Amino acid sequence: MTNLDGALAQPTESPQRLVDLVFRLREYGIIAVLVVFIAVTTGLQPRFLGQQNIKFILLNATIFALLALGETMVVVSRQMDLSVGSVLGLSAYVSSNLFGQVHGIPIPVVFLAGIGIGVACGVVNGAIIALARVPGLVVTLATLYIIRGIDISIVGGGEVVASSLPAHFLAIGSDSVVGIPYVTMCVAVVIAAGAYFLRSFRSGRELYAIGSNPDAARLVGIPIGRRVFSAYVASGAIAGLAGVLWATYYGTVDSTAGTGYELTVVTAVVVGGVAIFGGSGSVIGAAFGALLLSTIATALYALNVSPFWDPALDGLLLVLAITLDRTLAVRLANAMRKRTFRHEP
Amino acid sequence: MNPEPTADTGVLAEQAPSSGAEPPAPSPTSGVGEPQPGGTVLAYLSRFRVLARWEVALLATVVAVFVVGRVVSPEFLTSYNFFDMGISNGELAIMALPMTLIVATGEIDLSVSSTLGLASSLLGLLWMHGWPMPAIIVVVLACGAVLGAFNGVLVTRVGLPSIAVTIGTMLLYAGIGEILLGSNIVSNFPATYTNIGVYGVPGIGLSYSTVIFFGLAIIFGAVLHFTPFGRSIFAMGANQEAAIFSGVRVKRTKTILYIVSGIVCSGAGILYTFKLSTAEYDNGTGLVLSVVAIVLLGGVSIFGGKGSMVGVVFAVLIYAGLLDALLLTGFPQQASGIVIGGLLLLSVLVPSVPEFRSRLRAGRHRLQRQAPEAAIVHSGSVAQPRLTGDSSSKAGQGGQPI
Repeated sequence: MTNLDGALAQPTESPQRLVDLVFRLREYGIIAVLVVFIAVTTGLQPRFLGQQNIKFILLNATIFALLALGETMVVVSRQMDLSVGSVLGLSAYVSSNLFGQVHGIPIPVVFLAGIGIGVACGVVNGAIIALARVPGLVVTLATLYIIRGIDISIVGGGEVVASSLPAHFLAIGSDSVVGIPYVTMCVAVVIAAGAYFLRSFRSGRELYAIGSNPDAARLVGIPIGRRVFSAYVASGAIAGLAGVLWATYYGTVDSTAGTGYELTVVTAVVVGGVAIFGGSGSVIGAAFGALLLSTIATALYALNVSPFWDPALDGLLLVLAITLDRTLAVRLANAMRKRTFRHEP
Repeated sequence: MNPEPTADTGVLAEQAPSSGAEPPAPSPTSGVGEPQPGGTVLAYLSRFRVLARWEVALLATVVAVFVVGRVVSPEFLTSYNFFDMGISNGELAIMALPMTLIVATGEIDLSVSSTLGLASSLLGLLWMHGWPMPAIIVVVLACGAVLGAFNGVLVTRVGLPSIAVTIGTMLLYAGIGEILLGSNIVSNFPATYTNIGVYGVPGIGLSYSTVIFFGLAIIFGAVLHFTPFGRSIFAMGANQEAAIFSGVRVKRTKTILYIVSGIVCSGAGILYTFKLSTAEYDNGTGLVLSVVAIVLLGGVSIFGGKGSMVGVVFAVLIYAGLLDALLLTGFPQQASGIVIGGLLLLSVLVPSVPEFRSRLRAGRHRLQRQAPEAAIVHSGSVAQPRLTGDSSSKAGQGGQPI
């Protein structure tokens, strides 16, 4: 009886388990790479794991990991948000400039303003993409220019300097508890919430369904437009929040804040195992991708390697990561086909 | 019931003009008579519009930009200003040509500006080591071919998505350029070469990069529109599977295009270096998004299969003219992104307007059809009308052309 049950359960369950295993391996893989990389670097330069250095790495990774959360939500649904760097810049300037314009403005209001700017940008992106059904890549490429242009015309030649910002505000980006910055902890909570949403909520799963097969998703009744719209709004809100955090961290904000971040974020997301054409990948993986990139940059510095090596290594890592993903996917498909054949007769 | 017949006549009307000179027998005999002649003419016109619309709109924009430019500044339509426009945008424009072909196949190459930067670094490095200039140029172009081939192999043979591959190689190539040249700045190039940044082509007055751009545009345009190779580019862009089954060598064609892109972009890197008479590792950083914007503005579909070289050339003129006119009016140069981004947005939104309207109309029909049903069920449970609404919306969405 049990034997028969096992035999019956086998064909239906094992491919599922195999897929799960491979995806989990991908997530653990990036953590393993990170651990090995840190171990090697620490072996060569014992001071690498000093408290100050860890704090530096975490602070650097925090903003990218946060942006990676929003980008993941968009990328799993087979879209892309290239406007995050510009949104970050606009939000960073406008929100931190509020301190100079409104005397004694409470810090939470500044955060809300930054997030509000992000939401507004996300609504514009999402509405255009969902209503006109045009590719998000092109629309956000356009809004990348437009939002940056708006930022530049608002900023002009000026900048917000750290001395004009309240100490409490700057403390958010620099203070830490037991070596871990506050802001990293807060972002970790946000990322955990985002990961839980994408993994366990119906609308989160529907984003994967849309990315994996848009036609099938439409046929099973998933409101594609609404979901994609929400993903862009979420990504915008997150980029807005990241802008305020950017201001707390750097203190000095001019019109170039966040320039070029969009492609770094996409790199982090893809290195973290999110398929560029949607349907698979996790928020946690993407966050570790961001952490890995930031660790590499710091490790080069610690090892006295010229920082000029950094982009080349990031690029190489990205190419290796997608090659590995592709190889795994092909292997997996073959393995599953074999299993199906074995159980068919 | 109402929408179905109209949809049928629509299809008939679509087919009628394609059968061209054949007797107009089908329309009288089919009996539906009345709406058809009008429909046929409309369909014919709309087909004509689809062919010509985008390029005509772009041409009108080019004219408008140049008229506005002349109005805002008397210096706009001077040969000096044309030289200036070419000098600032020549390399960008040149990189847009192979990009057009690659986007038409449904792929993308985001590594173009990094290839330019790497070429510039390599040029500076070899010159620093005392190589003769002709040899350097050959090596740099060959290196460009290798970079392109690397992209091509990863995309076609390994089967990776080109957008991810070329974001990776964008970082990689820019990084290699940085590693090669480091913080060195090479600027002691001989005047025979760096003069291209100061003087135009004798007798024409335009910059060398502009003349090279127009020359290459004719070649690329001819290849794209008048050769079997070019037809195969559109074929694989429109439907890759179908192209493979009709014997188009998709992988080889794409690899060739990436190699050509590598060569052309490293050539643009050489021009860029001589123009500035400076080789630096970060030459050309960030140009890639402008190149993509130009190609898409030129009417090339991001999904491949559609586009024309004429459109891209017009887009280049719009881009260069607009930036220059804004500069002459004292608009903050960096903020000109608003205008470029706005144009790009329009370039995707305008073509989608007819589909959006037809979708709206379909939605209204659906509502009308639904109305009596909903009224009947309304007194019943709450779940019932929702359910019917859902299923009919599904049917409506599934049935419409995408």
